[in-house]
Amino acid sequence: MPQESTDPSTHAAVPEGDEPPLAAQSVFEPMVVMTGVNKHFGPLHVLRDIDLTIGRGEVVVVLGPSGSGKSTLCRAINRLETFETGTITVDGQALPEEGKALAQLRSDVGMVFQSFNLFAHKTILDNITLGPIKVRRKSKAEAEAKARELLDRVGVGEQANKFPAQLSGGQQQRVAIARSLAMEPKVMLFDEPTSALDPEMVNEVLDVMTELARSGMTMVVVTHEMGFARRAANRVVFMAEGEIVEVATPEEFFTHPKSTRAKDFLSKILTH
Amino acid sequence: MGDLFTTFNVVGALGITLLLTLFSALGALVIGTLVAIMRVSPVAFLNTVGAAFVNIVRNTPLTLIIVFCNIGFITNLGLSVSTDIARNNLVWAIVGLSIYHAAFVCESLRSGVNTVPTGQAEAARSIGLTFGQSLGAVLLPQAFRGAITPLGNTLIALTKNTTVATAIGVAEISGLMKEMIEFRSDLLIPIFLLVAFYFVLLTLPIGLVTTHLSTKLAVKR
Ligand SMILES: Nc1ncnc2c1ncn2[C@@H]1O[C@H](COP(=O)(O)OP(=O)(O)O)[C@@H](O)[C@H]1O
Ligand SMILES: [Mg+2]
Repeated sequence: MPQESTDPSTHAAVPEGDEPPLAAQSVFEPMVVMTGVNKHFGPLHVLRDIDLTIGRGEVVVVLGPSGSGKSTLCRAINRLETFETGTITVDGQALPEEGKALAQLRSDVGMVFQSFNLFAHKTILDNITLGPIKVRRKSKAEAEAKARELLDRVGVGEQANKFPAQLSGGQQQRVAIARSLAMEPKVMLFDEPTSALDPEMVNEVLDVMTELARSGMTMVVVTHEMGFARRAANRVVFMAEGEIVEVATPEEFFTHPKSTRAKDFLSKILTH
Repeated sequence: MGDLFTTFNVVGALGITLLLTLFSALGALVIGTLVAIMRVSPVAFLNTVGAAFVNIVRNTPLTLIIVFCNIGFITNLGLSVSTDIARNNLVWAIVGLSIYHAAFVCESLRSGVNTVPTGQAEAARSIGLTFGQSLGAVLLPQAFRGAITPLGNTLIALTKNTTVATAIGVAEISGLMKEMIEFRSDLLIPIFLLVAFYFVLLTLPIGLVTTHLSTKLAVKR
């Protein structure tokens, strides 16, 4: 295989000469940079010296046992969780502490939750147009046209006038993805987006995410879906007890995990 | 019994009671919402002020609050809103009733806020809404729907509590009732029934409407 143009030299974790990532990056441009991030919940040290750089257009899957700090890592990126030391920048900008500037930055970072969190009192269409109208100051007509386009893209165009509770979990999660996309984010965070779904609905959501990965979206995805990781991820980040233990390509991680904790973890999730 | 209406200004008193109810309800809703916002805001100082307001107001007898409004504001601070004494009393009664019931509106709304899962606010913040925008577009609309029943109960209590305004000489119906009984003790039972019926007439629909609304507007999750 010819050496691809991706240059991961700034980036020890990406081994050379492996499969080309789905979204071919010509140059490695950092999009999210976490440096020395530490966070405690009381006495519990949930994030320990996290250093992680995610490139523009890169898809990173975060794996690890329950309670290892994956959600907290995700939520720290858009400051749904505060942290004590270290810095996080998104597209070169440090996260503001509070107020309008933080809201502005958050609008550039999409987030998809395990429990969908669609606005329960609003129709599907209004769920999607709320951000563009209030934050991006788009006209209602413009926002709605874009929303319908996005709903079609994620395959729930027919449901625009329903309320969230009338949709299946898989449909709700696809709407949640569309709601994030409507803000035209620079990066999207997914915290176990398929964990709350019935098994038959997992794939419809993963398909949307795979399509998104192919379109070049920068993505951080907490998931245990190996298929998705192999198909769409450039790198896998393995966390345990608040630390990043291993960073590797999906292929390498799943076939030759280095650390005992990773081996342990994989043996547990691969047995079922 | 018909002569009650010619001898006494019954219709006027019924009107005053209705007026007290409507304006105080509006005032309580506005003040109560503001205090509720203070209590759920991320600013610790506002939380404290909101909590202090609720605990002081809620635990003070309504009569004291209304008398205080009247004496404190008019007599001591000279805050007359009108040269007409009856009108002044009416306005301060509305202020007192609004403040008192605002504490209950606030707590009703807070119970409504508790029906909203935290994920709703997180989703609102994560699309870049500011605190105020999340509150206005996501949190409060859902909180109001979840608070319809306790808000209705507060409105019913407020309607009946308007009778306390008689303490500062507002010519509402319970004050007139006392007067009528004094002069026409032969009509004691009809007078009593008239007033009781009037309050049932005002409050019964509130209960029916809020019960209906609380199911109709309930947020399906
Ligand atoms: N709000 C919180 N308060 C206290 N502890 C928390 C809170 N959120 C998470 N934790 C704890 O922090 C640790 C990491 O949580 P989390 O990031 O959710 O892990 P993961 O997503 O990998 O399962 C867990 O032990 C969890 O119990
Ligand atoms: Mg988690």
